[in-house]
This record gives sequence, C-alpha cells and structure tokens, in this order.
Amino acid sequence: SLDRFPLGEKRLMDVKLGELGSWLGKRDFTPNGVLASIRNGHDRYYNKYINVKKGGIGGVAMLLVGYVALSYMWEYDHLSEYRLWEYDDLRVPTTYSIIHLKAL
Amino acid sequence: LGAGLVQLAHLHTSPNSQAPVPALPEKGGKTRHGIIPEELFQILYPKTGVTGPYVLGAGLLTYILSKEIYIINHETFAAACMGTVIIYGVRKFGPDVAAFADKLNEEKVQKAQEVKDLAMTSLAQAIQDEKKEQWRAEGRQMLFDAKRNNVAMLLETNRRERVHMVTNDVKKRLDYQIALQTLHRRMEQEHMVNWVEKNVVTSITPQQEKASIAKCITDLKVLAKVQQAKTTA
Repeated sequence: SLDRFPLGEKRLMDVKLGELGSWLGKRDFTPNGVLASIRNGHDRYYNKYINVKKGGIGGVAMLLVGYVALSYMWEYDHLSEYRLWEYDDLRVPTTYSIIHLKAL
Repeated sequence: LGAGLVQLAHLHTSPNSQAPVPALPEKGGKTRHGIIPEELFQILYPKTGVTGPYVLGAGLLTYILSKEIYIINHETFAAACMGTVIIYGVRKFGPDVAAFADKLNEEKVQKAQEVKDLAMTSLAQAIQDEKKEQWRAEGRQMLFDAKRNNVAMLLETNRRERVHMVTNDVKKRLDYQIALQTLHRRMEQEHMVNWVEKNVVTSITPQQEKASIAKCITDLKVLAKVQQAKTTA
C-alpha cells in the first residue's frame, strides 16, 4: 500500500527488506543531513524519556548502559588478551589462563 | 522584486505560532527493569508470548559468554558489586528522590502559576476599569446639557437685569418730565393767584372801603343788640 510513494521518503520501518540498500543510498549524507539526523534522534529520545513530568530511571539508565556497552566494544581488543579459552573449546586454555590460574 | 514582496508580506508577523504550548506528557516511555524499553516486549508478544524477550535475553547471554564476546575477568566481579549496590540503592531510595524532584517541580510550576494568576487578575481588573471609564464617557451628554442649562440661565439673568435697568431709566426720565410739567402748572397757578389778589386789592377804592367798614359797624351793633337781648331775656 505504500508502493506508490518514492523510496527516499519512506520511513525505515516501511521499507521492504530488498529495498534497504537503495533506501540507504538515498539518505542525506551531507554534513547538514548528518547533523539533522543526529538532532532528530536526540529530540526523539529526549522528548520520549526525559522531557516529561514524572520521568523514571530508564531515561538516564539506558544512556549509561549504552555508554558501558560502547566502551566495552572499544576496549575489546585489549580485553581479548584476558580470554580464558581459545576457539570455543573449553579444553584448550589460553596463555593468560595457564599462567594466572595455575599461579592460584 | 517578487522575493522582496514575499519578505514584505512577513514584515509585521512573527515566526512564533499563536497556538498554545502543548502540556508536557505525564509519564515517559515505559521501560522494563529500567533499561529495556517496553516496546521490545510488545513487538515479541504475538509471536513468543510473555517469556519471549526473557528467553531471548538468556540465549544472548549464553552466546556472548560462550563465544567470549564478553570476557569474564576481574572487572566482571567489580561490575557485579557495583550493579548490586546500584540496584539496591535505586530500589530503596528511588521513590523518595522522585518525590523530592516532583516537589521541586511543583514549586516551580506553582510560582509560575502565581505570576500568571496575578497577571490575569490585574488584567481583568484593568478591563473592568476600562469598561467603567467607557460608561462614564457615555455620560458626557448629560454633562454638556447641564452646562448648557447653566449658560442659558446666566444669559437669561443678564437679559432680565438689563431690561430692569432700561425700565428704570425710562421711568426716571418720564417722571422728570411729569415733575417739570407740574412745576410749570403750579408756578403759573400761583403767579395767576398772586396777580388776581394784587389786582383785587388795588381795585378796592377807599370809598368802597369806607362803605364796607360802616356796614361792618352796623352789623356789629345789631349783633351786640341781639346779644344783649339774649342775655337779659
């Protein structure tokens, strides 16, 4: 039913799976467009969870959890040195686990 | 020129819309356990029922741990401790903090409401006063009528005073003429009487005088005789 509308103007949830690539190509990637999308996202989150009379902890908590997750992703390369086993096989321990757990 | 005309049409308008500001929503978007939006549960409910997202969470957790996408290290214990403390703190002190924040907000809103109410009452009072002044201005006609009456009365009084003055003056002049004529007549009369007397007196000849005196003496004698007769009788 939304077929007669141009692709670039549909929302993400209304785009069919096969059209996703071409829809992504039509999005506005100029600096102004990027800023506008950032501002849009911020306004949506702010007006839904924070700019209310009785806000709950969810508004701030989700941001903090997102920050924790993002910082974990950025540190993953460094943290992967502390892995306990290699290649999904619990019987093959890593150097770290051999050295440090054997010391225990 | 067309673009200039368009700008000219915006000359005395403002970009602010006149619609009233919509009120803030009462509650924010709902979240389950504080960090997962409720929409996820609603999306999965038709297909997987109530426990769907929890099973999804458990499966994801198992996958992350087993593939060591999340690596268990010393920080895991720190995170667990911190998480416990945070959750305990929020559960215990959450409602109190929320009530305090609500009270602060309430005070702010109340202050603004007071200002607004004061402004409304003063403006309503100003409207009342303005209407009163307009009503008073309608009575101008009566004021002018009264003033006009005053002026007319003054003019009438003045006119009557002058009429009196005129009447008095005319009367005085006429009285003068009358007095003059009376004087004339009297003088003529006296003069004539004096002249007649004088002529009569000079016309009495000595012979007539003697005859009259003799008549008077005879009359007196007769009278004495009569009198004498009366006293002896």
